[in-house]
Amino acid sequence: MTLRRDVAVLEPDLRRKQCLRCGNEFGCAQGEPGCWCESIVLSRETLAELRTLADDCLCPACLSGFAERGNGGRTGSTWAKAIPHAAVRARGVPPVWGVCALVFLTGSLLLALGTGPVAIGPAAIARSALTHLPWVRVHRLGALEDAILWQVRAPRVVLAALVGGMLAIAGSAYQGVFRNPLADPYLLGVAAGAGLGATIAIAYAPPGSRAGELLPLSAFVGAILGVGGAYLLGRSVGAARTSSTLILAGVTVAAFMTAAQTFVQQQHAQTLMSVYSWLLGGFGSADWHDVALVFPYIAVSTAVLLLHQRVLDVLSLGDEEAGSLGIDIRRVRLLIVLAATVGTAAAVSVSGLIGFVGIIVPHTIRLLVSTSYRAVVPLSLLAGAGFLVLADVIARTALAPAELPIGVVTAFFGAPFFALVLRSTRTVPG
Amino acid sequence: MSRAVAVEVQELTVTLGRSQVVREVTATIHRGEWVALIGPNGAGKTTTLRALAGLVSFAGQVLLDGRAVVSSSRRQIARRVALLPQNPQSPPELTVAEYVLLGRTPHIGYLATETRADRLAAERAIARLALRPFAERTLGSLSGGELQRAVLARALAQEAPILLLDEPTSALDLGRQQQALELVDALRRDDRLTVIAAMHDLGLAGQYADRLLLLDRGRLVAQGPAHEVLSEERIATHYNADVEIVHRNGDVFVLPRREVRPCAR
Repeated sequence: MTLRRDVAVLEPDLRRKQCLRCGNEFGCAQGEPGCWCESIVLSRETLAELRTLADDCLCPACLSGFAERGNGGRTGSTWAKAIPHAAVRARGVPPVWGVCALVFLTGSLLLALGTGPVAIGPAAIARSALTHLPWVRVHRLGALEDAILWQVRAPRVVLAALVGGMLAIAGSAYQGVFRNPLADPYLLGVAAGAGLGATIAIAYAPPGSRAGELLPLSAFVGAILGVGGAYLLGRSVGAARTSSTLILAGVTVAAFMTAAQTFVQQQHAQTLMSVYSWLLGGFGSADWHDVALVFPYIAVSTAVLLLHQRVLDVLSLGDEEAGSLGIDIRRVRLLIVLAATVGTAAAVSVSGLIGFVGIIVPHTIRLLVSTSYRAVVPLSLLAGAGFLVLADVIARTALAPAELPIGVVTAFFGAPFFALVLRSTRTVPG
Repeated sequence: MSRAVAVEVQELTVTLGRSQVVREVTATIHRGEWVALIGPNGAGKTTTLRALAGLVSFAGQVLLDGRAVVSSSRRQIARRVALLPQNPQSPPELTVAEYVLLGRTPHIGYLATETRADRLAAERAIARLALRPFAERTLGSLSGGELQRAVLARALAQEAPILLLDEPTSALDLGRQQQALELVDALRRDDRLTVIAAMHDLGLAGQYADRLLLLDRGRLVAQGPAHEVLSEERIATHYNADVEIVHRNGDVFVLPRREVRPCAR
């Protein structure tokens, strides 16, 4: 009998457990005599604190960490101080995907700058970019090539990147704030409003004036009025509480504005061609002036949306729970919709209506990377910019010297790609 | 007894649409108390909880630690009250760690991100509910009982002194129900929380709560300890149910009865 007890003391029955602090597996004799934990001496205060924080055992490595500090004469060692810095954190953008998105964007920019009737290599582009910096002297491109690169291609490429990033980040924000996977930046009447504004500018511009200057302003105002009308209509029927009423208000306003737009267009049949080509979107006439025009709006809007990543994750718990966590749903929804709308309206005013980007880019990131808005929002910005730059390359080279409307390209190449992503992943996040 | 008052409800009336869902409910709940809201379906239990959390507009007065809900901001309320809804939304791709961190929202500046203090609070909540092995797992991969613990951890990370639970055990099996309620009770004692829970199961409500508030059609019809509130006549009147009440070892058991009908054949 004595012998059997001694054997039991020498080899206690170890149970596999997972450490509550680090999560590693270890063997535990459940406090029986002979358990390894008897060899670790803890101060009484440390032991008391550990007992309030954890109701099961820790692994040898974690437990001895407390003992060493306790024995070092510093009794201030607490659970909190001993927790590794990386203990609990939100994942955010996984570094691999962050690098992938940056490489994709840089690659598209270089490809787009180098592609055209005059081919320019990436090295030449880099060198030419350096010569435009003060105090740098390297080999220059020829004057003609330099002009092609910096006065023709660069503004177009930069504008495509700005618009693509804006549409994608606005789409991701709309999907988050309405908790609706089909939401895109045009959901609340941006498209219909901008369309009406652009048509009015084209139809009623006095013959002497340049419609090209009035058009962006008119489209921008139309887009803001469209969403503003939808928001006011939604609020007047109590939509501030439920997002679906707001969406219905958007549909109503959009239908009305589209009808008005068609009416104006039919009245001025000669405008049909230019209205149609504007509606399909494109960067054919982009210059630095356009870039300067929209950059402030897009920069502010993007910054506001980037700052809302965490709030968008809270909203994914639903209005009720986000409310009980201290979020003022009405104010947050207004702020995000406002930021996304101003940016989208600015983008639309210089590029026309480019569909699909705001839906497929955020969803591709959800399917490939993560559904957390801390990943979706910043990666949408980068990937959307790269995607539209590439689409624009195809739009101007596929039928060169003619140009395809870019909306055709985004749908024609975007749809099969998205179908592929959809098929190769198992779950479709909402 | 001069215990501090945690929640003071005066003449609380909630009107949804055209119907009064809660009518003139007056009650006082002390710090550290566990109060169960009981009553048949549609009695106004959930709506009462939502009113206490300031999520629905109401007439009357609700004071949390002496401060009126009506004049507090959403964030101020969220620092005093954590509400666990009956069917919490659990985005399946979120990890337990990320989910628990969301509980820190009332303590994080509107556009800021979590500080080290927030991450430590979340870590404590995770350790307290023995969720460390699950911290990096996604919510979609958890079982019902594990998910319930994650939701509790989120509420704990909120560090609000008042815990509102709406049917906390409705999705759990018998053993998990007991475990979850024991856990809530342990948290209440250790962290000196006040617990107000809408509960379906009268037996469990009687076992865990210090006091029961019986609601029927929006009115508070009885309150007090289980052995006073739970009587055969009351349950017949308000639940329209035929039950037998059994007192044993200080516990109250509610046993449904069924008349034995003569066999058809």
